[in-house]
Amino acid sequence: MSTFVSDFKAHATEKAGDLRHRKVISTALRSYEVVRDKRKAAFQSWESARQAAAETKWEAVNHLDTHLESLVAKLEARGTKVHWASTGAQAREIIAQILRDKKARCIIKSKAMTSEEIHLNDALEKEGFTVVESDLGEFIVQLRHEPPYHIVFPSMHLTRGEIKDLFQKELGDAPSDSPEDLTMVARRVMRQKYITADVGFTGGNFAIAETGMISITENEGNARLTAALPKTMVTLIGIEKVLPRFADLALFLPMLATAGAGQPMTCYNTMYSGPRQPGECDGPEEWHVVLLDNRRTELLADAEQRDALHCIRCGACLNVCPIFRNVGGHTYGTTYSGPVGAVITPHLRGLQEWKHLSNASSLCGACTEACPVKIDLHHHLLQNRRNASASQPAFFEKLAYQLFGIVANEPAFWSLAKKIGWLTQPLQRAVKGSALDPAKAWTKTRDLPPQPLESFKDWWRNRK
Amino acid sequence: MTVTLFIPCFVDALFPRAGISMVEILERLGHRVVCPEEIACCGQPPFNSGYHAEARNIAAPVLEILKDAEAVVIGSGSCGAMVKKFYPELFKDTRHAELANQVAARTWEFSDFLVSKLGVTDLGAKFPHKVTFHDGCHGLRELGIQKQPRTLLANVKDLELVEMPEISCCGFGGTFATKFPMISTAMGEVKCAAAAETGADYIVSSDSSCLMHIQGLLSRQGKPTKTISLAEVLNTQ
Repeated sequence: MSTFVSDFKAHATEKAGDLRHRKVISTALRSYEVVRDKRKAAFQSWESARQAAAETKWEAVNHLDTHLESLVAKLEARGTKVHWASTGAQAREIIAQILRDKKARCIIKSKAMTSEEIHLNDALEKEGFTVVESDLGEFIVQLRHEPPYHIVFPSMHLTRGEIKDLFQKELGDAPSDSPEDLTMVARRVMRQKYITADVGFTGGNFAIAETGMISITENEGNARLTAALPKTMVTLIGIEKVLPRFADLALFLPMLATAGAGQPMTCYNTMYSGPRQPGECDGPEEWHVVLLDNRRTELLADAEQRDALHCIRCGACLNVCPIFRNVGGHTYGTTYSGPVGAVITPHLRGLQEWKHLSNASSLCGACTEACPVKIDLHHHLLQNRRNASASQPAFFEKLAYQLFGIVANEPAFWSLAKKIGWLTQPLQRAVKGSALDPAKAWTKTRDLPPQPLESFKDWWRNRK
Repeated sequence: MTVTLFIPCFVDALFPRAGISMVEILERLGHRVVCPEEIACCGQPPFNSGYHAEARNIAAPVLEILKDAEAVVIGSGSCGAMVKKFYPELFKDTRHAELANQVAARTWEFSDFLVSKLGVTDLGAKFPHKVTFHDGCHGLRELGIQKQPRTLLANVKDLELVEMPEISCCGFGGTFATKFPMISTAMGEVKCAAAAETGADYIVSSDSSCLMHIQGLLSRQGKPTKTISLAEVLNTQ
């Protein structure tokens, strides 16, 4: 068993039994569901909006080449420097080189899952750069030296009390556990960082091919400051974030806000189209946009699962997923957790090493139902299972299904199996849940139903 | 009409009352019921684990047996989804492709068959209890069955239906329940807590497999709530 799967199982087992964690997450997500449903109801037709969004993303992703060319041409026309990164390592090197060229020391960052994906902070800190996360949730998890718990709500696993204690310990200042007080503490710390930062780093939610713009969505205003104050701005964005037209934002901005956080619109939506132009009084002097592939083009080549590139990273599938709710975000051990993470991680980081995420699902389909861009998430989990079994079957599992096939296809064997099951019930009860119990994975926490002597088929036969 | 009843493996072995109730209800409605003894399983366990060749090995004989069936009724939303939705995918580009599509089109989940095909909504049942209904995820999301069982329950005399605060998976998920037992158990506990919130005496479902999981947890924890299949409720007098 690879360490990824054994770590996953160990962490999942621990978290699934952690009732405090269960309560914190379910309380947070139940209130999310209420506001989300209220905002969904404000759409004339949420289902039509999903269909339109899915079609727009289909168009974007299936013509990615031309959209990217247009995006880059428009960006460069206004003086933006565009870099192409095939791998995470390339992206890290491109960004580090920009910082070296600028003789930068401190980098202020707004929220970017792509930077988590390429482990940017670690790489930059190793080179001696100071990296400060400015999104409040990211700031909190950075203080805890842990990755974000959730792609939209990085510190949702923490209570106000825990954040107060953290601030007290790390920042020496936490007057109370009220959100206002805690925010003011973070704000005071961050304002100083903004002033001293040499480079501002952002992610991007959408890239508009038509106009050459990067659209950034945020609730705290921190991304605007990140982009406005330092002289150099660097943006790292996955190539799949392209939308064909500026007008598409009219659908995608409210949709992202609704699905992601149950908001009508996120508080700040800013479209960046270039560095400071002659005659303009603000904005960075230089803007670098790094376009990240990192195996997205391999997913693009997979016609069956290409729609996974539609993802707008809203987190809706995580929020409704009963597995995510019970094992928590950190258990996945991946940048992208929850259903979409289980679908794309095998593509981004290797099928055999990450297939367990696709197996760890009851296939309930709540994710697919919630996805605003209609990614066929739970069926992709099935496809990952099929691909994994086809390329590297588990010997005993395959054998078990072959034997099961022999029993299921021969009524005499099936009858015999039932009789054996009935006869061995006292034995099953005697070893129930113990190491000797072949069904202990079930019986450790659950009873087996008593098996009646007369099966349905016995009844049917006797009746005739 | 001649109805070919497909009784899933675990219903056959563990919950015969559910299957017997389906036979009695369909016969009471004047239909001829046949129940091919050669069919044990739909092939879902290997299919869901990704072993398609092994799944086809089980499913292909099923298709042959159901070839001439006028209407196939399955006593499970999960197995129903397997035949209706996943057989066409499983047999795509094989010699059974056309047959898989034909059988899928003639296959019904039990409650859907009663309400949507036969137009029957009142079976004259009487069940003087407070109940809540658990939607099996496959029936709900693969087959879109949600109103049908509720329509049938609404006409059961003296039955009070109280909905759970949210629709959620019971955590069974077939082999998932034993591959990831702690996650499955946690999901089941959440489900049982939601059912307990309703104050219902019984949890009713079209899927005996979900009920097996829920009942397994309830009885281990010594909870008084009971589980019963929809067919058994509808077969009460």
